[in-house]
Amino acid sequence: MKRSPGRAGAAGGAGSPGGLYAAPSLFWLTVFFLAPLAIIVAYSFLTPGPRGGVEWKPTLDAYRAIANPSFARVTLNTIVVAIGATAVTMLIAVPCGYYMARSSRQTLLLMLVMIPFWTNFLIRIYAWIAILGNEGFLNDLLIATGLARQSVRFLYNRGAVMLVLVYTYLPYAILPLYSTIDKFDFSLLEAARDLGASKLGAINKVLLPNIKGGILTAFLFTFIPIFGAYAVPLLVGGTDSYMLGNLIADELTKSRDWPLASAISLVITLVTTMGVLLLLRANGTSVLGGSGDGEKPVPEASSAAAYGAQAIGGSR
Amino acid sequence: MQIALSVKNVTKRFGDFVAVDDVSLSVEDGKFFSILGPSGCGKTTLLRMIAGFYEQSGGTIELRGQDMTDVEPNKRPVNLVFQNLALFPMMNVYENIAFGLRRRGEKSPAIAKKVNGLLERVGLPGAGKKTIDQLSGGQRQRIAIARCLVLDPTVLLLDEPLGALDAKLREHMKVELKKLQAQVGTTFVYITHDQSEAMVMSDAVAVMNAGRFEQIGTPQELYHNPASSFVAQFVGNNNKLRAVMHKDERGGFFARYGNGMDFKVDGAFDLSGGDAYDLFVRPESLVINPVEAKQELNVMPAAVKAILFDGGNSRLLVTPDGFADELVVALPQTKQFDHIRAGDRVRIGWDASKSVCFKRADWKIYDDE
Repeated sequence: MKRSPGRAGAAGGAGSPGGLYAAPSLFWLTVFFLAPLAIIVAYSFLTPGPRGGVEWKPTLDAYRAIANPSFARVTLNTIVVAIGATAVTMLIAVPCGYYMARSSRQTLLLMLVMIPFWTNFLIRIYAWIAILGNEGFLNDLLIATGLARQSVRFLYNRGAVMLVLVYTYLPYAILPLYSTIDKFDFSLLEAARDLGASKLGAINKVLLPNIKGGILTAFLFTFIPIFGAYAVPLLVGGTDSYMLGNLIADELTKSRDWPLASAISLVITLVTTMGVLLLLRANGTSVLGGSGDGEKPVPEASSAAAYGAQAIGGSR
Repeated sequence: MQIALSVKNVTKRFGDFVAVDDVSLSVEDGKFFSILGPSGCGKTTLLRMIAGFYEQSGGTIELRGQDMTDVEPNKRPVNLVFQNLALFPMMNVYENIAFGLRRRGEKSPAIAKKVNGLLERVGLPGAGKKTIDQLSGGQRQRIAIARCLVLDPTVLLLDEPLGALDAKLREHMKVELKKLQAQVGTTFVYITHDQSEAMVMSDAVAVMNAGRFEQIGTPQELYHNPASSFVAQFVGNNNKLRAVMHKDERGGFFARYGNGMDFKVDGAFDLSGGDAYDLFVRPESLVINPVEAKQELNVMPAAVKAILFDGGNSRLLVTPDGFADELVVALPQTKQFDHIRAGDRVRIGWDASKSVCFKRADWKIYDDE
């Protein structure tokens, strides 16, 4: 990730050459992001067709359906899983990133973090099923060593979903943290100690504020995709880990209620976007190119916001 | 005078490598003390032990008589100006200076008074709101020092803080640091590999090489009476001639150069451990065309190789007849020697009392830290 000065709103002047350079990405965003979003917005206000699709009769039925308590339960479940999995991911990723940045074998460690990407996402989920299943590797081992008399049910519950989600999104959290911590000047910690800060005080007052951008990016890179998770709860989850992503898919493919699916998607998008904006604002980052008075803009965070927006649009 | 800092027989080992080897020093309150040595000589290690970032393998470090062993860096009454300054980039100038006071839990009005007072003292009043990247190199320097001085340390440690500045600014900051130190009266311990910085600013200098102190003294003492061949070479400029020391029948000592020429030297020398010596004579001790052939003068004809004009610091590069070495000779800009051109022949001479001789020592300057 290249550190470019945060000037998202600078190239907005009409007739400037910036407009020309921005044309391809403008085209890209219009066709692949804004247009689908517009379709979702439109569909959410229409009547469901008998076998999927929509009929062009405007109605607010989809939004009324959202008021149903079962929707709230799934939302709550999703929030619990997303917060839990993100918290665990961050707790592992911060020490990992710190260790990698301090290590003399950075290239090797970077390789190790990236190697999982060489295997398809779904295959890796099935690999976990092969490990955790009733006749899986782990149970075979437990029975062979006498630690368990019959196989333990690891799969199809919230724990399994959290585990696989943490596993999947850990690299996305480690990499931005590593790149931020790697740039951190560790003599600042010594300076803080020298000026009277305790070990913990030096970390709180000097290290954390300096790697804030990386922490924020790592958080967004993990929380947003986990919030929209679909494949993981579908394959390793049970009834207690049914998430919004699954609800949308079921409305779309089983109930064939496309407007409802669209409405849920929109609500998620709005809530997540607002959450991200609030978070960025709380961190003193100017998001929409406003004049960032006071603190310096955090470049990683702005790019994360852009990434976040796309991640919401293209839910996995 | 109270002793601010006292280092007694301090040693630091990293595995088999001895970085600091049985070093002792004491600095009186209010003095400017420098530790001068080539890079890798152990001076940074020594400084970090005083600051508390390394634990010594042996010996004790005392501040105003208090043993500092087992005292955490944040509890020691010393502050360190880092080589790269280590100013906090996410804080403005005011917050950088206030950092230490806040850690002590001082009240805001008291902090404001101290920070603003110190900003004024370092010549940057009203700069509190500026961010670190809005400051010039020299200004950052002053903020880094202010950040430490605001805590009123017993000793302020400075780790080559002028290293990153360009030559002109460095000259300026030397004088400024010296003035600041005199004004605030805090004890400064300054480490550097630049002998000119050490000489200009210090009340006393310790010359360090390969983990040991070669000599501690005032800049004048180091310059005029070096205690070792290393000091003679490292402090100021010196011409070095490899010679063989011998004694004549009347008990006078002579240094014989490779071409068989004998130079009179002052003092008595120990020839028991071999007679290989190095003779040092400073450029300004070499006289061009000495008028009267005094008894103590070593005079020889020489050819001028080049004129190294540098204003008041101009020198001649000459090769005396039969010499393998070139000698650097001070060239006073008094118009007296303006006629000299490269290729001319001159006589050069030096007073035996102005040269020093040391047994040849194969010290080497460690270059990798």
